[in-house]
Amino acid sequence: MKKLLSGNEAIALGAYHAGLRVAAAYPGTPSTEILENLSKFKDIHAEWAPNEKVAFEVGLGACYTGVRAMVSMKHVGLNVAADPFMAASVTGVRGGLVVVSADDPGIHSSQNEQDNRCFAKFAKIAMFEPSDSQDAYDIMPLAFEISERFDTPVMVRSTTRISHAKTVVDITKERPDSLPPAVFKRDMAKFVTLPVNARRRQQLTLERLEKLAEYSETCPLNRIIQGSADVGVISSGVAFNYAREVLPTASFLKLVMSYPLPQNMIRRFAAGVKRLVVIEELDPFIEEQVRAMGLEVEGKAFIPASGELNKDIICCAAQKAGWGALDVRKADGELQEMLGSLTKRPPLLCPGCPHTGVFYVLGSLGMRRREVGLVITGDIGCYTLAAYPQLNAMDTCACMGAGIGQALGMEKAGVGDKLVAVIGDSTFLHSGITGLLNAVYNKSSITIVILDNRTTAMTGHQHHPGTGFTAQGEETQAVDLVALVKSCGAANVQEVSAFDLRALRSVLREAIDKPELVVLVVRGDCVAISRKKVAPLAIDVKKCGRCLSCLSLGCAAIQKDGENMRIDAQLCAGCTLCQQKCAFNAIAPVLAEEATNA
Amino acid sequence: MHNINVLITGVGGQGVVLASDILCDVALAGGCDVKKTDTLGMAQRGGSVVTHMRIGEVIDSPLIGEGEVDLLLSFEKLEAARWSSYLSPNASVIVSDQSVPPMSVNLGTSVYPDDALVMRILRHGGAKVMFVEGQRMATELGNSKVLNVLMLGALSVLLPFDNESWKGVITQRLPAKVVDINIKAFECGRSFMLDAISKNAACACGSDCDGSLS
Repeated sequence: MKKLLSGNEAIALGAYHAGLRVAAAYPGTPSTEILENLSKFKDIHAEWAPNEKVAFEVGLGACYTGVRAMVSMKHVGLNVAADPFMAASVTGVRGGLVVVSADDPGIHSSQNEQDNRCFAKFAKIAMFEPSDSQDAYDIMPLAFEISERFDTPVMVRSTTRISHAKTVVDITKERPDSLPPAVFKRDMAKFVTLPVNARRRQQLTLERLEKLAEYSETCPLNRIIQGSADVGVISSGVAFNYAREVLPTASFLKLVMSYPLPQNMIRRFAAGVKRLVVIEELDPFIEEQVRAMGLEVEGKAFIPASGELNKDIICCAAQKAGWGALDVRKADGELQEMLGSLTKRPPLLCPGCPHTGVFYVLGSLGMRRREVGLVITGDIGCYTLAAYPQLNAMDTCACMGAGIGQALGMEKAGVGDKLVAVIGDSTFLHSGITGLLNAVYNKSSITIVILDNRTTAMTGHQHHPGTGFTAQGEETQAVDLVALVKSCGAANVQEVSAFDLRALRSVLREAIDKPELVVLVVRGDCVAISRKKVAPLAIDVKKCGRCLSCLSLGCAAIQKDGENMRIDAQLCAGCTLCQQKCAFNAIAPVLAEEATNA
Repeated sequence: MHNINVLITGVGGQGVVLASDILCDVALAGGCDVKKTDTLGMAQRGGSVVTHMRIGEVIDSPLIGEGEVDLLLSFEKLEAARWSSYLSPNASVIVSDQSVPPMSVNLGTSVYPDDALVMRILRHGGAKVMFVEGQRMATELGNSKVLNVLMLGALSVLLPFDNESWKGVITQRLPAKVVDINIKAFECGRSFMLDAISKNAACACGSDCDGSLS
């Protein structure tokens, strides 16, 4: 049966058909839909873990019992999970363990760009890279098999253009009817990484790598496509597809198992072509290894080592290098100039977003421009968008949970400014709790603001330990944020509504001025999930004073209509922040009968 | 058949991804190879969104190169103009005649391009351009959210897939309670386009237009 599947759907289905029993993940673009799709299968356990490290440990424990397990995360998620990931390489597995890392070349929705193929080399484990959804589906059973056969975790490395591109998949397999039961057999020398055991097993990882390299020579997914002998291209991942179109006559070695490399196969391929070229996205991962084999090879001298590739980029590189690419059609100067004049459209907080009010207040406390003012350390989530104008209310954003530690660091460094660390509910549960513990322990007097919108919003509204539901939709205990914060030792914890500007202002001002640690929990459900049916607001142009202060909320529903201000009734979620702000009393909800007549 | 490269653009929230899902299903049902790639994640929040879609016998790259787009369907004028360097000289462009001003325009720090500039940019490489009163028609149908399916109706005239296949996919893809209005929207967009082509007069691409966008 042929179906159009995204790479993430194909990874999920491939794993399910391969007999997957336990899956764990933390949401992160572009990996999120893998676990979302798995959660629909009720005969497996698929869970959101509070972070990637915990997810990995769940997968590791599951595979120790002989069942097949998978953990999926975005590239930076593997940084969080790096500790158990490296340990898993040493202990090895019982049932297959597959780690999916979805990288984000071009930084569509991330804080950095990193080539996680390096992690496979770092951990001395096998790695597969799909070029499309069919590859992704076909890789999964093989990845589990290799994991079990060679006693190793296996990495499947996807990228945004694989995970989020939909391509046709021929679905050839079915899930086996019966699977072995989960049994944990004690093996102290394998599973307990005391130095005496770890030293021996560390040696085994080197031997394992040699065996994997031998296997990669025969891996059925690696293949040579014979073309002209002038140029031979080694490629992997989505770059293979771009390169095929740009250099249709060249010979190709497509690597799907891209670590460890099939060195003999590469030597044979190189011997048959005049110029050997590696076309790969991000780091010269394959290229450097090929060069280290003593082969003459071209690649990153022409292909950029940063950013997402596409056909145009490869084509320009190929022309410069003389690899024989076809001509590209480029926009001429006049068109480029006109396009350059077009205004950009950066993403925004949604109208009705519970984050708007708190950042508006933080930005307008009057402390932001003073010499000794207010520094707002931020975190990862929709609310990172508060750094943009019009709100201008975020000064740092590094990685999940960093804001609290950063604020503490600035405080201890002796900065004169007041410090507020802002963090979302899901991010707080991911890696903010330890930061809070540290702030309590080290006698900090910063203000920590937890934005509780009761979901993981940016990645598409996934459940987390605070929402009361599991990934598979079962009701469960929801963590009490206030009790959790108090139990960490924070004495001053307050709750405030995200939609009450006056209350937000007074609570924030008091917290910032107080020489003690204050934690504020700002409550307001994400507008995209609560979908409350409320009347939109409208501006009475006769009363409106044209002061434009409603625009300072940065709400997309509030627009200029010539000289007048108007609220787009389709966009407005009726949060009333602009009504609270209006000094002329010109904003009010549209009455039901007016709305139906409009 | 030759490969057909389709770009669908708009503003986050306008239903670009759903529109492209529907087109993909229709193409797949028509026995084609299909690849498409969407904007997801952070960029989706009210920002510029684009879907690349390629339909043909065998497709390699999921991304369309510059100068290779055959059909550009846009739900917003600025977001149509933004992608014009991707248009091939023979491209057809169908744009919903509506503007969603970016925040910077509301704040007065940038200017929304006027229709003449949008047209100049879109026609620069020789493409034929058609404006569709998408918003007006969708609002008249009673739900402005059907704009995406209405625009697909207009696009369907330029694609080699039969009407029933489109309606079948729309029926499958959408929640039962909104199927009827979306089918109406599809037909509305389709007949607008057929009308415009036969009249020629409504075609905004000027005197050199032969009235046939296909």
